[in-house]
Amino acid sequence: MPADAGPDTGGAISRDEVAHLARLARLAVTDAELDVFAGQLDVILGAVARVGEVAAEDIPPTSHAVPLQNVFRPDVRRPGLSQEQALAGAPAAEEGRFRVPRILGEEQ
Amino acid sequence: MTTTAPALVDYDEVVARYEPTLGLEVHVELSTSTKMFCGCPTDFGAEPNTQVCPTCLGLPGSLPVVNRAAVEAAIRIGLALNCSIAPWGRFARKNYFYPDMPKNFQTSQYDEPIAVDGWMDVQLEDGEVVRVGIERAHMEEDTGKSLHVGGADGRIHGAEYSLLDYNRAGVPLIEIVTKMIPGTGARAPEVARAYVTQLRDLIKSLGVSDVRMDQGSMRCDVNLSLSPAGSGVLGTRTETKNVNSLRSVERAVRHEMQRQAGVLDAGGAIVQETRHFEEQSGTTRPGRRKETSEDYRYFPEPDLVPIAPSAEWVEELRGTLPELPWEHRKRIQEAWGLSDEELRDLVNAGALELIEATVAAGAPAGEARSWWVAYLAQQANARGVELAGLPITPAQVARVIALVASGDLNNKLARQVVDGVLAGEGEPDEVVEKRGLKVVSDDSALVAAVDEALAAQPDVVEKIKAGKVQAAGAIVGAVMKATKGQADAKRVRELILERCS
Amino acid sequence: MSELIRLTAHELASKIHSGEVSAVEAVQAHLDRIAEVDGEVHAFLHVATEAALANAALVDEAVRAGTAPASPLAGVPLALKDVFTTVDMPTTCGSKILEGWRPPYDATLTARLRAAGITILGKTNMDEFAMGSSTEHSAYGPTRNPWDLSRIPGGSGGGSAAALAAFEAPLAIGTDTGGSIRQPAAVTGTVGVKPTYGGVSRYGLVACASSLDQGGPCARTVLDAALLHEVVAGHDPLDSTSIDAPVPAVVEAARIGAQGDLSGVRVGVVRELGGEGYQPGVRASFDAALRRLEKLGAEVVEVSCPHFEYGLAAYYLILPSEVSSNLARFDAMRYGLRVDKGASAEEVMAATREAGFGPEAKRRIILGTYALSSGYYDAYYGQAQKVRTLISRDFAAAFEQADVLVSPTAPTTAFPIGEKVDDPLAMYLNDLATIPTNLAGVAGMSVPSGLAEEDGLPVGLQIMAPALGEAVMYRVGAAFEAARDADEGGPLIARVPEVAK
Repeated sequence: MPADAGPDTGGAISRDEVAHLARLARLAVTDAELDVFAGQLDVILGAVARVGEVAAEDIPPTSHAVPLQNVFRPDVRRPGLSQEQALAGAPAAEEGRFRVPRILGEEQ
Repeated sequence: MTTTAPALVDYDEVVARYEPTLGLEVHVELSTSTKMFCGCPTDFGAEPNTQVCPTCLGLPGSLPVVNRAAVEAAIRIGLALNCSIAPWGRFARKNYFYPDMPKNFQTSQYDEPIAVDGWMDVQLEDGEVVRVGIERAHMEEDTGKSLHVGGADGRIHGAEYSLLDYNRAGVPLIEIVTKMIPGTGARAPEVARAYVTQLRDLIKSLGVSDVRMDQGSMRCDVNLSLSPAGSGVLGTRTETKNVNSLRSVERAVRHEMQRQAGVLDAGGAIVQETRHFEEQSGTTRPGRRKETSEDYRYFPEPDLVPIAPSAEWVEELRGTLPELPWEHRKRIQEAWGLSDEELRDLVNAGALELIEATVAAGAPAGEARSWWVAYLAQQANARGVELAGLPITPAQVARVIALVASGDLNNKLARQVVDGVLAGEGEPDEVVEKRGLKVVSDDSALVAAVDEALAAQPDVVEKIKAGKVQAAGAIVGAVMKATKGQADAKRVRELILERCS
Repeated sequence: MSELIRLTAHELASKIHSGEVSAVEAVQAHLDRIAEVDGEVHAFLHVATEAALANAALVDEAVRAGTAPASPLAGVPLALKDVFTTVDMPTTCGSKILEGWRPPYDATLTARLRAAGITILGKTNMDEFAMGSSTEHSAYGPTRNPWDLSRIPGGSGGGSAAALAAFEAPLAIGTDTGGSIRQPAAVTGTVGVKPTYGGVSRYGLVACASSLDQGGPCARTVLDAALLHEVVAGHDPLDSTSIDAPVPAVVEAARIGAQGDLSGVRVGVVRELGGEGYQPGVRASFDAALRRLEKLGAEVVEVSCPHFEYGLAAYYLILPSEVSSNLARFDAMRYGLRVDKGASAEEVMAATREAGFGPEAKRRIILGTYALSSGYYDAYYGQAQKVRTLISRDFAAAFEQADVLVSPTAPTTAFPIGEKVDDPLAMYLNDLATIPTNLAGVAGMSVPSGLAEEDGLPVGLQIMAPALGEAVMYRVGAAFEAARDADEGGPLIARVPEVAK
């Protein structure tokens, strides 16, 4: 990628985009926050877009800093939590289950 | 968008004018002892939230560790489906919010599946074989279960609130995705059903899942699109979820074909969407539209390290593959000298495994088969259960057959012994004992009975002595009647002839 | 003020194990100190008075019974960053969303501290979910730097570092994702170590960025840090990224180092970490440190790590991406805060997350959601992962030329509270020199190098070593510390002013 591959500083992200991202991230941000975040994120994105300056086409990405592989556990049971422990921190519980407000979306 | 759905098109018309393209995604819950990423049990039907730990509840700070047995099962499924096993791959996080998913991301081998590019030859009723390409098989984790309270029939719509049980969360799943299956024409519903059936049999034979569609340990999504016949243009597909029986697979494909043809005939366009199969009506309905298009923001799971199965490990696992169910059937067919039709009847009746088990318990194949397809099939029918649901084991049937072969029982008595076993009276030998069903082979008792019968019919004795041997039948009948059928008729006849000589 | 609180952990442990001082006295002295100064410093979010005294009593019992101590640090009090789960104390991660949460399990690190007989005094303040460089992003108010209460103690582990500098605890635990152990150590004149990634279990460490997070020891001397390092490090089967290898012999290395001979050790000065953007007093202290290292016999060479200048940019893409996924689980369904605003689960989730997360957490969640979006993934997250590879290669090449690398730990000394809190990018620049080690997974530590001339505040020397190369790092750190203390007539920490009340 050429040096200018990343989005330009300034105008990298719009207020509407930030609003959309907040919805995706389940954050009911206020209008005032949107104003502040949009400006701040624009500056931050301008700075981090510098990664685009690095010529790295043939470079493999690193997802794990230390190269381990094939770490498994045997198929053996371990003691877990009791129902009481599991539900102890629940905002609401009923019949041994977590009680949550009604769910609008379809199951995935 | 249209609000009224166009009418369904007659099936023959659909296939005359459109070409269906199928795709099937099957989720199989593995029957490992523990979950995909933690040591919690996977047992079905436990009290809610009793098979959970910090990891499968997604508690802050918890971490996953991959279950080795699940990886082995995935590799074995991949090998059985003629897939290549990826030499290196990572889990990814599929990010979306849903209350049944404790971390709000699903850990899945989304784009680096462990098994890719395989196939399975699917045999239809009439013997035609369709090769179904396998795109991939990958590992992931199941979600928890929601109980919707306050709505009609526990359905999500109109519910006031929901109750969540995470016992199922984290149970290992293998998702098996076919390549697009074109060119099946009118047989598309049949191909879909046959594929799922055969896949179920295959996975069962591997012993890695109990593949119970009724319990959700095997679930199927059906992708379908239509293109105008001869156009070669691929149509827009729909994905139908909640298809939870073999029959539903067939019905869902058929219905989607008829529905999509209706939309296309009316000049409409197929919406790429998720639909839900309605078991009762046999129709599909659209899922709820999402306000924003879903972007799962996949990225490699940093908490798990890559899986790199060595060639040695893969070969070792290949060595553990059992004979494939259809190969096995072919062998049985040859060994027992069955016609294709006879074999299919046995398979359809669910008798094949029972007969094999009976043979394995020592019975000759012919007799084992005859018992299961005749008398026992009648009994199952009368009780309205599957053959396998009868309260008699192959070993018990084999014992009855052995008792007949040794002359301890005749066929009539044997049926009574089977009745006794089915009635819960115990093992065959106990039934014989309790009901007093043994063939009378003690000559002294028989001789007495024969002499009594001969004395009662002197005229017949005269005939026999005069050489009319066939007259002995009358005496045999009398002896059998006197002994309530427990005498060995052949022996009785011999005794009669002896006494009259 | 009890003299017990000014002892090093090593000295205190010797007195406790010899019976000269009881563990209860030692704990009580620290509890008294906390009561005396923590109103000003605010290092602690929770003080576990009873549990601490109970543990100390057990240690005393063992001493009286003549049992060997559970570890060389048995009975020594410790301040635990509030990001590790503890069954007997709340775990909040400095966030409102976890206010009052009582985990049902102990982190592996917590369990190891307990098994070693170390007394956990309480949980320390931090930037929310370890995101920040000043501890101002704690939902429970900022921690103040004991050197100057108007200034920040660094972050995110400002609570742990301040507790050490204020003599509220001789030992502490921190976590380091991009400098959160080392930068607070630098600005408070204490010692902090980020072990090799995978060296200390993350099980029970509430994740900030999973591929970068690493727990580690904080202390007032290098030997104390080494003693604590050996307690908490080592393989954990519950953490897939935990390295299954022996823990480097860091205590022995620290003892050897303290003898003051570094001949044969090559020290690499990273050209890209220094110069412009670094406060003059920081640069002066660093230059003096290099001279001191040379005097100890080390060979000082210059190395170049050309991709380090992109480290900050790569870090602020990778970290928010992982954060956006890791913090998704805080959704009001299973634990933590629930804001009952709205009728649906979706609305309650969004309202709770809005109310429960502070501005920095929200910024990073949004930034990460953006960086992982399908249209931007390659340009941002994907490219950042490649830069990560290049930074690892830079380290590998540099470690060919040098046994350890050095730089100033942070570009500036402690800045005034409030100065950068509304300028995220300025705040991020604090981590310029510490971030590369996290990206590459190698080890790093900060030891006090002196006070900056212009403001009289502590400066830290960063020493970096290859993966599992902690021994040489501790050796150099201990040698430097001993030489500095000898030259200056005592440890730097002795010059911290008494907390003004």
